[in-house]
Amino acid sequence: MCLAVPAEITHIWGQEAQVVIGGVKRHVSLMLTLEARVGDYVMVHAGFAISVLDREEAKETLEWLRNLNAQGPKL
Amino acid sequence: MIPYVDSFRDPQVINVLLDRIRQLACGPVSFMEFCGGHTHAILKFGLRALMPAQIKMLSGPGCPVCVTSQVDLDRALALASQDGIVLATFGDMMRVPGTKGSLQEARAEGADVRVVYSCLDAVSLARAHPGRQVVFLAVGFETTAPTIAASVLKAHEEGLSNFSVLSLLKLTPPAMDAILSAREVKLHGILGPGHVTTVVGTRAWEFMPAKYRIPCAVAGFEPADILKAILALLELVKCGKPSVVNAYRRSVRAEGNPKARHFMKKVFHVVEAHWRGLGWLEESGLAFREEFQAFDAAVRFPLKVGSDGEEPRGCRCGEVLRGVMEPPQCPLFNKSCTPERPVGPCMVSGEGSCAAYHRYALSPKAF
Repeated sequence: MCLAVPAEITHIWGQEAQVVIGGVKRHVSLMLTLEARVGDYVMVHAGFAISVLDREEAKETLEWLRNLNAQGPKL
Repeated sequence: MIPYVDSFRDPQVINVLLDRIRQLACGPVSFMEFCGGHTHAILKFGLRALMPAQIKMLSGPGCPVCVTSQVDLDRALALASQDGIVLATFGDMMRVPGTKGSLQEARAEGADVRVVYSCLDAVSLARAHPGRQVVFLAVGFETTAPTIAASVLKAHEEGLSNFSVLSLLKLTPPAMDAILSAREVKLHGILGPGHVTTVVGTRAWEFMPAKYRIPCAVAGFEPADILKAILALLELVKCGKPSVVNAYRRSVRAEGNPKARHFMKKVFHVVEAHWRGLGWLEESGLAFREEFQAFDAAVRFPLKVGSDGEEPRGCRCGEVLRGVMEPPQCPLFNKSCTPERPVGPCMVSGEGSCAAYHRYALSPKAF
């Protein structure tokens, strides 16, 4: 029930958007994430974008993960 | 390559995370993953078998369909059988057995039950069928509740008089509090629900370290997200300073999603709610505020339910939901209770622990 998937916004009109999820186009509501812009990735749950994914945070996490080694940095 | 998915499934990254986890795991610890989505991901990606045996992962009550009480299920079934009603619901609810059959069986007997992807689809149904009463059966936690509230506001704006919602919505912190205060299982840390926390914010879990001295790491749903959170929990256990860690920063903020919570608070107020396995919990459910009562299906269609909500005979879903019992320990598991012929909801829902064990972990090695 709390499943959500990342999707890219391709068009916005009013409080609605077209997103692409794994190549499939869908309409979602932006009522809960009015700050979302075309090109943003949002987490989609039950027809609504519930968060705009933070690119910088994702990048930092991935860098942290890639730099992690067996004796790596503390969390 | 799917952005935000594939990189968090990179085998190299997973192996290094597992190495770190193996190094840190020096004694037996039990962590509970609150969310059924985590249970499924942990088993689907084989993480349980890859992690050291000292780390025990227990499933929690984070499956909205599973914690829906038998009485509430029977109310939904009674509603679906009324003439002139179209009952719209998420697909997960269709096969959950009530005292007398499921919604799927009710549909086979002539009830108009529709599966929708979003509550907004139910609003569209009401718009398209002005002569019918469309009721949305709302089951879900804080992730889902704002989407229901936003749909109600949309129906309100459009002046739709044939749309209503049966709210079985629930709030997750009281359930976690109930489990921790009962102390039925010894827990050393909690894997926090990523999408609930996207809405409520990490502050909602501060009570765990403050009241119970138990750390919480909020996790995403890809394997690297889950292992990163488990590593964080091990670090916190080791240093003996419990706190709340956000291990899903690309989606979760400390303050959550205030807009989503605003909608939720505008339409609903907090009430006592009945949970399968946990009983009545104060301030754990969402009911309509007076100004939106026109959309409350419980008010619009007063129901008399004949059943007393007795749980299915022999069903141990309640214990599974509290982490007291693992699905394979239930005498019915994979014998008289299977996804094809479920006895309890944990074997039906896409977030149910029994369904996850049945689907991904039937080999004894996986346990």
